[in-house]
Amino acid sequence: MATEKMSIAKALNESLRKALETDPKVLIMGEDVGKLGGVFRITDGLQKDFGEERVIDTPLAESGIVGTAIGLALRGYRPVVEIQFDGFVFPAYDQIVTQLAKMHARALGKIKMPVVVRIPYAGGIGAVEHHSESPEALFAHVPGLKVVSPSNASDAYWMLQQAILSDDPVIFFEPKRRYWDKGEVDTDAIPYQLHKARVAREGADVTLAAYGPMVKVCLEAAAAAAEEGKSIEVVDLRSMSPVDFDGIQASVEKTRRLVVVHEAPVFLGVGSEIAARITERCFYHLEAPVLRVGGFHAPYPPARLEDEYLPGLDRVLDAVDRSLAY
Amino acid sequence: MTVESTAARKPRRSSGTKRAAGAASAAKPAAATAQTQDAEPQLVQLLTPEGERVDNAENAEFAPFVADITTEDLRGLYRDMVLTRRFDGEATSLQRQGELGLWASLLGQEAAQIGSGRALRGDDYVFPTYREHGVAWCRGVDPTNLLGMFRGVNHGGWDPNTNNFHLYTIVIGSQTLHATGYAMGVAKDGADSAVIAYFGDGASSQGDVAEAFTFSAVYNSPVVFFCQNNQWAISEPTERQMRVPLYQRAQGFGFPGVRVDGNDVLACLAVTRWALERARRGEGPTLVEAFTYRMGAHTTSDDPTKYRRDEETAAWEAKDPILRLKTHLLATGGADEAFFAELEAESEVLGKRVREVVRAMPDPDTMAIFENVYADGHALVDEERAQFAAYLASFEEGH
Repeated sequence: MATEKMSIAKALNESLRKALETDPKVLIMGEDVGKLGGVFRITDGLQKDFGEERVIDTPLAESGIVGTAIGLALRGYRPVVEIQFDGFVFPAYDQIVTQLAKMHARALGKIKMPVVVRIPYAGGIGAVEHHSESPEALFAHVPGLKVVSPSNASDAYWMLQQAILSDDPVIFFEPKRRYWDKGEVDTDAIPYQLHKARVAREGADVTLAAYGPMVKVCLEAAAAAAEEGKSIEVVDLRSMSPVDFDGIQASVEKTRRLVVVHEAPVFLGVGSEIAARITERCFYHLEAPVLRVGGFHAPYPPARLEDEYLPGLDRVLDAVDRSLAY
Repeated sequence: MTVESTAARKPRRSSGTKRAAGAASAAKPAAATAQTQDAEPQLVQLLTPEGERVDNAENAEFAPFVADITTEDLRGLYRDMVLTRRFDGEATSLQRQGELGLWASLLGQEAAQIGSGRALRGDDYVFPTYREHGVAWCRGVDPTNLLGMFRGVNHGGWDPNTNNFHLYTIVIGSQTLHATGYAMGVAKDGADSAVIAYFGDGASSQGDVAEAFTFSAVYNSPVVFFCQNNQWAISEPTERQMRVPLYQRAQGFGFPGVRVDGNDVLACLAVTRWALERARRGEGPTLVEAFTYRMGAHTTSDDPTKYRRDEETAAWEAKDPILRLKTHLLATGGADEAFFAELEAESEVLGKRVREVVRAMPDPDTMAIFENVYADGHALVDEERAQFAAYLASFEEGH
């Protein structure tokens, strides 16, 4: 067993390295991914070892990055493209939504689109405007795309491998404020299903469902609640499209209460869909309405306000209390 | 024209293009000389509107690329144009009869499409818009396959890899990036095939087209950008898209741009072959602007009489691409009346087949909604498919 402790950033780097080694058709593309190794150094050293033909610095043009990746996929390559920050994905949104997502269906299944779009996303690093957004619901809403986000180093390593192996386009959201969090990664493990939720902590009273950067907050909330005698189960969704509703349902049938937590605005967010579906599926099991904790219907605030904007321990625990009060 | 005079002109016209692929040094294209804001810039033309072969400074570099074209080849090009026009006309009629929801006619653009389409090799790859029916014809795509999306039974449907002809792309300009990426892959594979991206004058305003120019230039990709400047983007004239002739734009990106008479099938063939050869030699992208005219509406949904003058259309009618080749063939004895009669009969057969196939085209199965959304499957699609199937089945059970 090759278990090693590494940061999420390192795990992603190792994952890309493994993909480049395993399949000569895998390419890395993006702004500054070559010599610099990416602004977060996720592609550090890859161009040095695999060359400029495999790890490609691109012009500063997001639509061009995704559009040419589509062409390369049509030629038989498996491009993994990096969008430098969440807020910069929108120039590429047209190519992602009108082309990447639909190509397989338009060709009646004759062609595949194995493209991974990596996006460092969400807040908590004190960045300027357009560097802290959580646009995952905009992509999860689009048929033809798969949308995932790891919350820990092991998932970062394995989920990226699985995403690259997928014949469908995958939007791979990386929780940038967790890049430096370390965890055990077993690089020999048999990979699990990319879209299967994971019970991150077992509990009996309330289920907290989260993904990406908010899983850690929920685990901390569960630990704090435990001191007050409350037993919280934390489900790490991993995937926002598809959502593992069976996994959430199993947990809710046990705890009978659900709070969904994400950084993105609550209105029409991933949590809204989970609340609706779980209410349909678990109406007679629920002791309380499904509650949601997340961002506000406002632009992501300046860095000095982001601690107020981002759901923290207190807002999560407040929702737990409200759920238990029914 | 004498051999000497041709030779005297050639070096001047070739100076920029024979250099190695270094982007900046290749940036001085032969035909993109200092013309700005000219209303009627020089076109590469081999066949005048009167059907006469011409040799001049503008076409000297390109004429050798059709030196091998025989009279039989000319008849073949003529046949392609006639049958394509017939197919297009039939589709327009079918739309009027309610058999198609929409049609984008290529009327007037046959020479640009057949000339460029016949320049391609089998292993080249085509990225069309939604109007490249003539190019599809050249690729061997059954024309009735093009009608499915306009009838509303699919969004494309054909396998792009069968004829190296990608699906029609409706979002303006998107496919120029796909072509560029594909060409980047061709170069990585060490193949000597080329890629051609079709787009229109309106698309030249799109950011994606500019990004495709940038990417193809910096990666020196084997792609030919073939713009059919048909003068109108629905109701917007070219004055609303550009302030300098389109082909000159290539210069700023570091590759050659050429304006060709888009109603001259021979010139389109020559210039496209020239551009494809550059690509194959590793000299990177080329922009070809085929200066032509869309004789009909943008699609069957618009009414061109609301936005353009009859005199303009009439002036272009005199430049008809089919008529000029017919005049040439007749004047040179390249074809006789029997040939034209035979072709007319062949057109009738094609038209009849198109009508029959379209009317017999079955609606897709309802459950096709859920097919091919994902290659690897998706739990939500599976769930909704099962729910909808159960809902439909409930009617059969007599509820």
